[in-house]
Amino acid sequence: MLKQFKQSLLATLVLTVLAGLVYPLAMTGVAGALFPHQAHGSLVERDGKVVGSALIGQTFTSPAYFHPRPSATTDTDPNDSSKQVPSPYNAASSNASNAAPTSKSFASDVADRVAALKAENPNARGPIPVDLVTASGSGLDPDISPAAADYQVPRVAAARGTDEAAVRRIVAANTTGRLFGFLGEPRVNVLALNLALDQETGKR
Amino acid sequence: MNAAGLLQIIVHFVVLTLLAIPLGFYMARVFEGERTVASIVLGPVERGIYKLCGVKPDQEQHWTAYAFGVLMFSLMGMLLMYVLMRVQNLLPLNPAGETAVAPDLAFNTTASFTTNTNWQNYGGESTMSYLTQMMGMTVHNFTSAATGMSIAVALIRAFTRRSVRTIGNFYVDLVRSFLYVLVPAAVVFCLFLVWQGVPQNFDAYVAATTVEGAHQVIAQGPVASQEAIKLLGTNGGGFFNTNSAHPYENPTALTELFEVVGLLVISAGMVVAFGRMIKDSRQARAIYAAMALMLAVGVGVCYWAEAAGNPAVFGPEVDAAASDMAPGGNMEGKEIRFGIANTAMFAAATTGTSTGAVNGMHDSFTPIGGMVPLVNMMLGEVIFGGVGVGLHGMIIFVIITVFIAGLMVGRTPEYLGKKMESREVKLAVLSIIVFPLSVLGLGALAVVLPDALPAISAAGPHGLTEAIYAYTSATANNGSAFGGFSANTLYHNTALALAMLFGRFAVIVPTLAIAGAIAGKKTVPASAGTFPTHGWLFVGLLIAVIVVVGGLTFFPVLALGPIVEHLSLAAGSLF
Repeated sequence: MLKQFKQSLLATLVLTVLAGLVYPLAMTGVAGALFPHQAHGSLVERDGKVVGSALIGQTFTSPAYFHPRPSATTDTDPNDSSKQVPSPYNAASSNASNAAPTSKSFASDVADRVAALKAENPNARGPIPVDLVTASGSGLDPDISPAAADYQVPRVAAARGTDEAAVRRIVAANTTGRLFGFLGEPRVNVLALNLALDQETGKR
Repeated sequence: MNAAGLLQIIVHFVVLTLLAIPLGFYMARVFEGERTVASIVLGPVERGIYKLCGVKPDQEQHWTAYAFGVLMFSLMGMLLMYVLMRVQNLLPLNPAGETAVAPDLAFNTTASFTTNTNWQNYGGESTMSYLTQMMGMTVHNFTSAATGMSIAVALIRAFTRRSVRTIGNFYVDLVRSFLYVLVPAAVVFCLFLVWQGVPQNFDAYVAATTVEGAHQVIAQGPVASQEAIKLLGTNGGGFFNTNSAHPYENPTALTELFEVVGLLVISAGMVVAFGRMIKDSRQARAIYAAMALMLAVGVGVCYWAEAAGNPAVFGPEVDAAASDMAPGGNMEGKEIRFGIANTAMFAAATTGTSTGAVNGMHDSFTPIGGMVPLVNMMLGEVIFGGVGVGLHGMIIFVIITVFIAGLMVGRTPEYLGKKMESREVKLAVLSIIVFPLSVLGLGALAVVLPDALPAISAAGPHGLTEAIYAYTSATANNGSAFGGFSANTLYHNTALALAMLFGRFAVIVPTLAIAGAIAGKKTVPASAGTFPTHGWLFVGLLIAVIVVVGGLTFFPVLALGPIVEHLSLAAGSLF
């Protein structure tokens, strides 16, 4: 009895030191030396300032930029700390809607997004790609589908005063296909695309 | 559904099997105490640990002492982690200034991580300090997994012995599982993840000024080291609130593939190791086939349901067709880089094993798509299952299956040369009954008690599914959730913690008792009357027993939850 008590206590302490300190600290050292950019969050800089992370989505509202997917992240209400208010792409507190498929409020959210997209994109062609009317799992999805980018091209081109073909070329250059031709889904990183737009057609 | 999606799913199964076979061979050597390639480096460390802990590695234990060791070791880990969370505000490595965790949440979380469940009633990046994540979460990810593996090893070992009173030494099985299997796998996987973009740092949260000039705070931390073991140990507790849907936990298509393979591979390797240790790989192939078949059916149904989307909500102005330009389907709660097929694969794998990590939100799945993860858990976490736990759970079902087959032909059932008598069958049934008792008992309370009800967010049948999912996940030690269920309340923190502890230890103790009984038996040679436990007839019978036991128990609640919801949605009614 007493022997087992001692053994289990000591085993807990020894394994805690190995798994809880030695392992993560050693990994931090090795990872930081081998892959410093990734280990520190794949941050993206422009003009020497951090504008975000290549892996984390951010909000774009100007018509001259491509917009990301809806995000369900929230933040503490500045007026009442017991409440949460919507705060899209809050990268300090990832969250999803967890909306039920049979929920009336989910259906009305989707209907509102459809109406807003149609108002913003009067010259868009065809129906709206489903990823533009659904909130992502993390609330921080950095990507949209190529169809969702294509849907926004007329608006962005008009706002920038450039022709659609030029914008489409930039979209194509920033589209990532399936890895090895079969793994994952084709996608466009919204931050990378918008930075490329600024670079090639001037800042907005 | 399309060819591109199906191909990706098949690739998962192929890569899994190709990795599980050599890993299983290696693990068999580890568990049999033989020297391995890693012994040169790890041998001295192993002996050092025994010395520090006062363990004599060749001193074997009776099953009661083995079980007592498991319970004491788990209790010590629980206490240490509880204290750590309660005083994290006073300790270093807390750049985000997280406060002490409330007592009920700390109790729930420590029960959750000790039992390999990793149910999370908190958002990691907004609740836990870096030190808590490392010395609490990461440590338990290793130790709860190694504990599960030890129990499976003890049970396998019992079958290989005859007329012996002991089943091995818990601390040796624990340390060898930890040191020779989990640590090397985690080191390799961690570095792979960082290469692909998972952060590993102790930086303060990054304050960025976005392209449009807004302020964005980006959470950081030692993510990769925890992510690696979270999956390999079938733990599932995310560093971030949204788990493997978060781009920092699962940034690319390649990490997605290997996260799914990672959460399956040690459990699958345990089956291979089982075949090696009993020196009859046909037995292992039968079990592997039963597991893989059930997983494939689950993935297929989930993929079909999610790809079909949700026409009642999306309407004609939304394009939900899959193509090379868009993932289509039901994309609510899913990420673009994974699309529908990879999300379905992850959901089925994470609930077939007891992992519970998610790369998309199960609460927002279509009714049938969301029923797949629920059913996988209700079948008892034997579709590869938790590391170790899945295999011993499956062996329990095998005992029931040979018992039923024995009843049909009127002979004493045998498995691997051991007669399965009244004591073993009673213990097997006991360990199976624990599960529905907790799920349906506590689940029923959750939908009637005034203290429990406010947690349910969805109206209509989906609300019932949310509550049942929570108690199924907790008892099955899975940890995935229908996230709309707000369980961070005094009532649910306590009730879920009890469900997790019950679901873990009330199964482990009878399993070790069975191991003790089997080790003490003589081995009888197979005769003409022995029911063969390999081949497709047995695989079919085993799956049938698992499905019938789960089906008879849970069909009524499934009918009231997801099935009614599916029929309402087909009729176009929302709640």
